[in-house]
Amino acid sequence: MSDYLVQFNNISKFFGKVIALKDVTMRLKKGEIMCLLGDNGAGKSTLIKTLAGVHKPDEGEIIFEDNKIVFDSPKDALDIGIGTVYQDLALVPLMSVTRNFFMGREPQKGIPFLKTFDVETANKIAADRMGQIGIDVRDPSQAVGTMSGGERQCLAISRAIYFGAKVLVLDEPTSALGVHQASMVLKYIVKAASEGLAVILITHNVHHAYPVGNSFTVLNRGKSMGTFQKKDISREKLLSMMAGGEELDKLEVELQEMDRIHNKN
Amino acid sequence: MSLKSKSISSKISLNEDERLKKISPLRVLLNRPELGALGGSILVFIFFGIVAGDTGMFSAYGMLNFLDVSANLGIIAIAAAMLMIGGEFDLSIGSMIGFAGICIAIPAIYWGWPLWMSIVFAFAMAVLVGYFNGIMVVKTGLPSFIVTLAMLFILRGLTLAITRLITGRTQVPGLRVLIEDDPLAWLFATDTFKWLFTWLGSLKLIELRTDGTPLATGIPPSVIWFIALTLFATWILMKTRYGNWIFASGGDKVGATNVGVPVGRVKISLFIGTAVASTIFACIQVLDAGSADTMRGTLKELEAIAAAVVGGCLLTGGYGSAIGAAFGAIIFGTVSMGIFYTDIDTDWFKVFLGAMMLIAVVFNNYIRKKVTESK
Repeated sequence: MSDYLVQFNNISKFFGKVIALKDVTMRLKKGEIMCLLGDNGAGKSTLIKTLAGVHKPDEGEIIFEDNKIVFDSPKDALDIGIGTVYQDLALVPLMSVTRNFFMGREPQKGIPFLKTFDVETANKIAADRMGQIGIDVRDPSQAVGTMSGGERQCLAISRAIYFGAKVLVLDEPTSALGVHQASMVLKYIVKAASEGLAVILITHNVHHAYPVGNSFTVLNRGKSMGTFQKKDISREKLLSMMAGGEELDKLEVELQEMDRIHNKN
Repeated sequence: MSLKSKSISSKISLNEDERLKKISPLRVLLNRPELGALGGSILVFIFFGIVAGDTGMFSAYGMLNFLDVSANLGIIAIAAAMLMIGGEFDLSIGSMIGFAGICIAIPAIYWGWPLWMSIVFAFAMAVLVGYFNGIMVVKTGLPSFIVTLAMLFILRGLTLAITRLITGRTQVPGLRVLIEDDPLAWLFATDTFKWLFTWLGSLKLIELRTDGTPLATGIPPSVIWFIALTLFATWILMKTRYGNWIFASGGDKVGATNVGVPVGRVKISLFIGTAVASTIFACIQVLDAGSADTMRGTLKELEAIAAAVVGGCLLTGGYGSAIGAAFGAIIFGTVSMGIFYTDIDTDWFKVFLGAMMLIAVVFNNYIRKKVTESK
């Protein structure tokens, strides 16, 4: 019996000759927030899709609660409790909060063949769930389009949790948000983790990741640069580990060089 | 605007008092998709009430007349509206009407089938056509506009070619004698509530013929179908899981798929819905006229879409209502018949139809912006 809720061991994924992921290992305990950091093209999207069951890993294994798991479809991942919230959130702006919350999984009542969508129950649950995260939806029949970006993100996360997610995979939940909205989402993520969920937070924003993460996995060109506990690594170190860091160092040196030459003339 | 942005900034805190915008009942009503069409219907009735109030348009006979026209259009408009909410178009509705007509008439007249069997055959063909439209759109990812435009030509061409090949003409008459005693045809060919009209006639409350029978003999089958379909479609959209899937499929195909909505199946079933509605339309008209005409239903697809749009459906999908489409059909039906009772030349009807649609689209667009306005 290991401490880990879910383990992704030595995951590799190839697309033809392209090595999209190589030997990526991530292990999460309950209540842990692991931030997956990487620049554009580092393989984050491929990794998410592998976690979500869209891609099958070519090498490596996924172990969930000590059982080895093979996903044949995203539904399998959902069924065992890996809930993925993609960047587009899968919300329909024109539809109400309730209709979005239960989209595809509507509660029903009534006799067979004449079953109806139990709107009252659905409204109550949706309002209740949103209330728990401090978003007061006075009217759950209001369109999602009227909500702010942060509220939408929280709605999508809340929906994933309600439908049984034990591991939350969040794809850039704060990338399109302002400071205030982002902090609201991050607060909610911490709250979810404190209630026993394991969270994989995918981002390229160290400043959002560092305050909430317990551990950090840095991805660079399809390879894991390692997983670090918060106490072992600084924000600056993390930043420079992402490809951007080295590049920026190099850029700085080049600029100084240019400056020097310029001053000489 | 300033008032608005102040009141809607964010609702994160629980001490929400001043942060929540108060929504008046009027605003809630304004956000309903069918509002425009309902208001339009009322305006149309007021207009004709003033212009043609004393001409017999609003006698029992006159009312049944324009209700019949509205109801016929409504039957296909409701199916078109549901498909539009699901994010697709069907331009083959009109051609399907003609095709269904000869699917009933040719087997019944030339092959000696009982009428009920040809009606069942027509519906089976409708399911096939709808399924084909749907599967083409879903599997190829092509716009339904193109796929069903192709179907518009194919079906109309088939209708003409087959009819001429078998009958040598473009019309198939002689159906009326077959209606009596048919176990199925009465569904599309019976006037109901005759007793009511007889009773009203005996009280001299409605116009009578010279022989003492009422001029209006009963509610035509189209009206019954129209009301039943409106209620059924509304129930599906608002009260069932499938209804939620229709909105989701039209609102955001990818998102809906990601959360497990069977978008493909939903869309295919909606295409079958429009083809079946066209066939109901065809049954009623063919049995009423007693003959099938290869040109029947021409341009009906555009009227159906226009009624759906006036009824509040967005061209982009994901928003609309069946009741709205029903009112849209009532507006068109009332104006197209009512115009005969006025001094206005009937040529102006199309102008009205176009203008009405344009106003509706602008209005809908505004409503959508309101609904999806981000904070």
